[in-house]
Amino acid sequence: MNIASLAPLAVLLPILGAALTFALNRNPLAQRVVSIGLLSLTLLLECLLLASVWTTGTASVTLGGWQPPFGVVMVVDQFSSLMLVVSSVISLAVLIYATGQGMADGDREAPVSIFHPTYLILVAGVSNAFLTGDLFNLYVGFEILLTASYVLMTLGGTGPRIRAGVTYVVVSVVSSVLFLIAIAMIYGATGTITMADLAIKLAELDPGTRNLLHVMLLVAFGIKAAVFPLSFWLPDSYPTAPAPVTAVFAGLLTKVGVYAMVRTETLLFPGDTLNTPLMVVALLTMLVGILGAIAQSDIKRLLSFTLVSHIGYMVFGLAMSSVAGLAAAVFYVAHHITVQTSLFLVTGLIERRGGSSSMDRLGGLAKLSPLLALLFFIPAMNLAGIPPFSGFLGKLGLLQAGIALGTPLSMTLVVGGVVTSLLTLLAIARVWNRAFWRKPEDAEYPAPVLKDSAAVGLLPRTMVGPTAALVVFGVALTVFAGPLFQLAGNSATQMLDRTAYIHSVLGGNAKVPDIAGPDTSIPPQGGGK
Amino acid sequence: MSVNLTLLIVMGVLYACGIYLILERSLTRVLLGLMLLANATNLLILATGGYAGLAPLFSKSTDPRDYNDPLPQALILTSIVISFAVTAFMLGIIYRTWALARQDDIQDDAEDRRVAKTPSFDAEDDSVVPEETSEFPVTAVTEAAKEGGPL
Repeated sequence: MNIASLAPLAVLLPILGAALTFALNRNPLAQRVVSIGLLSLTLLLECLLLASVWTTGTASVTLGGWQPPFGVVMVVDQFSSLMLVVSSVISLAVLIYATGQGMADGDREAPVSIFHPTYLILVAGVSNAFLTGDLFNLYVGFEILLTASYVLMTLGGTGPRIRAGVTYVVVSVVSSVLFLIAIAMIYGATGTITMADLAIKLAELDPGTRNLLHVMLLVAFGIKAAVFPLSFWLPDSYPTAPAPVTAVFAGLLTKVGVYAMVRTETLLFPGDTLNTPLMVVALLTMLVGILGAIAQSDIKRLLSFTLVSHIGYMVFGLAMSSVAGLAAAVFYVAHHITVQTSLFLVTGLIERRGGSSSMDRLGGLAKLSPLLALLFFIPAMNLAGIPPFSGFLGKLGLLQAGIALGTPLSMTLVVGGVVTSLLTLLAIARVWNRAFWRKPEDAEYPAPVLKDSAAVGLLPRTMVGPTAALVVFGVALTVFAGPLFQLAGNSATQMLDRTAYIHSVLGGNAKVPDIAGPDTSIPPQGGGK
Repeated sequence: MSVNLTLLIVMGVLYACGIYLILERSLTRVLLGLMLLANATNLLILATGGYAGLAPLFSKSTDPRDYNDPLPQALILTSIVISFAVTAFMLGIIYRTWALARQDDIQDDAEDRRVAKTPSFDAEDDSVVPEETSEFPVTAVTEAAKEGGPL
């Protein structure tokens, strides 16, 4: 018996936790213990899963006793287990932060009786989306996490949150409908929804039909991943939610969309038929997102725009469909989840200490709280890609892969990536100069707490602790970048090869089709598999 | 056996009405649009199941080709449950909007409007800094003259 057969527990434990915390809603202490305990257990299990696929390779679990092409399967490979571990580290840190905030505030911002069960369901949905090997089950995973996110987004039901929630819910539902339409079309065309089986059967389709299905899936996932021009909803809806909620959304939800895009591009529709449009879209996402960030004066909105912008890097890595590009993209996803979440958590602390998250109202925070300045500075430099940090390594990997590919478009993207990185530095430097370095008197409309030092609320340790831990985790990604890049490289090789995935689901006799499919005349490009 | 044209036409009409409705500004109409889209998609999934056939209850005397495909129906059931939950949540949000603002329309994002109106000129970052390159700055000379010192 393999440890990988315990994979469904990564979904079941959080759901069990949700049920327990819901039953315990009159006892906040028990709720906190149960949710943090079960999430830690899930994290432990996922680390074991990662270790197991590292040594024994891709494994699959058949659910309900139905054999693979008919029943639902869960597949654990290096990419999905890496995503699971990183996402659980993030969600555990955010959960402790939210608990600390709840204890300090008497639960005004996040009513604990609703928050804990909903949050655990969100985690279960994310794990399900990462683990599943079935297209419809992926849709169910998306719906679980989205429905939980609707509740978290509108927590408290204040005017701005309801307004933001409407946009978010409507856009998410439309993207889910598109995804469902794509699933229906795919089922109509091939008669299966198991992804490993689809990898074989989609290759037998007429190229026109295949491209249509491909585009439909990419558009549906593109909305979820916030790829330009489908990213308009994100900066509009994320900033109004409570700080821990925004942090976990920024870290995880868009990355689930990116994960689904990676699976689409590598497993279901390999080859380079849509690489050119994807690269153009990646370039536009990077530039438009970061230009939007420069125009903002609210830190949360600024970070939401940088989130959109940096999705472009991942799409760039994906669009190269080379081992180097995909490996860099996988590394970048892990790095970006950590950094973006820590920045949003720090912004929550800034809002608490400085009384606002608007740069027009902030000033002198570096003097007021040097610890806060340090906690902001490290992930901010990491995001901008300053050399020692993992952001630099991820971008370097992407740029090297882009140069190795050597087409004019990939060179343009390399330039665009460097420009975006510099503009990110500019945006982050504006936050630093205004909120941290200038005197409080220089702020346009200084928040009252900045001048009256007696009125400043202290930062609770339960909120600073998880933020600091996450910042340290971000730095650890830099220190252990070697093994992590090896892991990313392995997963990229496996994903582009597809044999391990298909064989683990359908058995060793399944025939893996050629990458390009039967009728495409485009030869694989240089640097490709 | 033939393709059920009625179902396909109904599906098309539902999609058209649904898309028209979600483009409205009134929240109730948007919700109705989303419900129509979800139901149109359910019809689409049903259509992918192929021709109508016998209920998929196993008996040894039936030819396997006579059965209807049960999988799309299971998918539809799941998608109905999900759209039911989302509809209930949207109704809650619409009620809350009504309770807060007494209106059924989608509100503008105030911060978004404010950023859009911000001029590109920022006094702190962009204003011209007066700079004097001469070794004997004019200001120093005139100030010295005011004080009556030697020029």
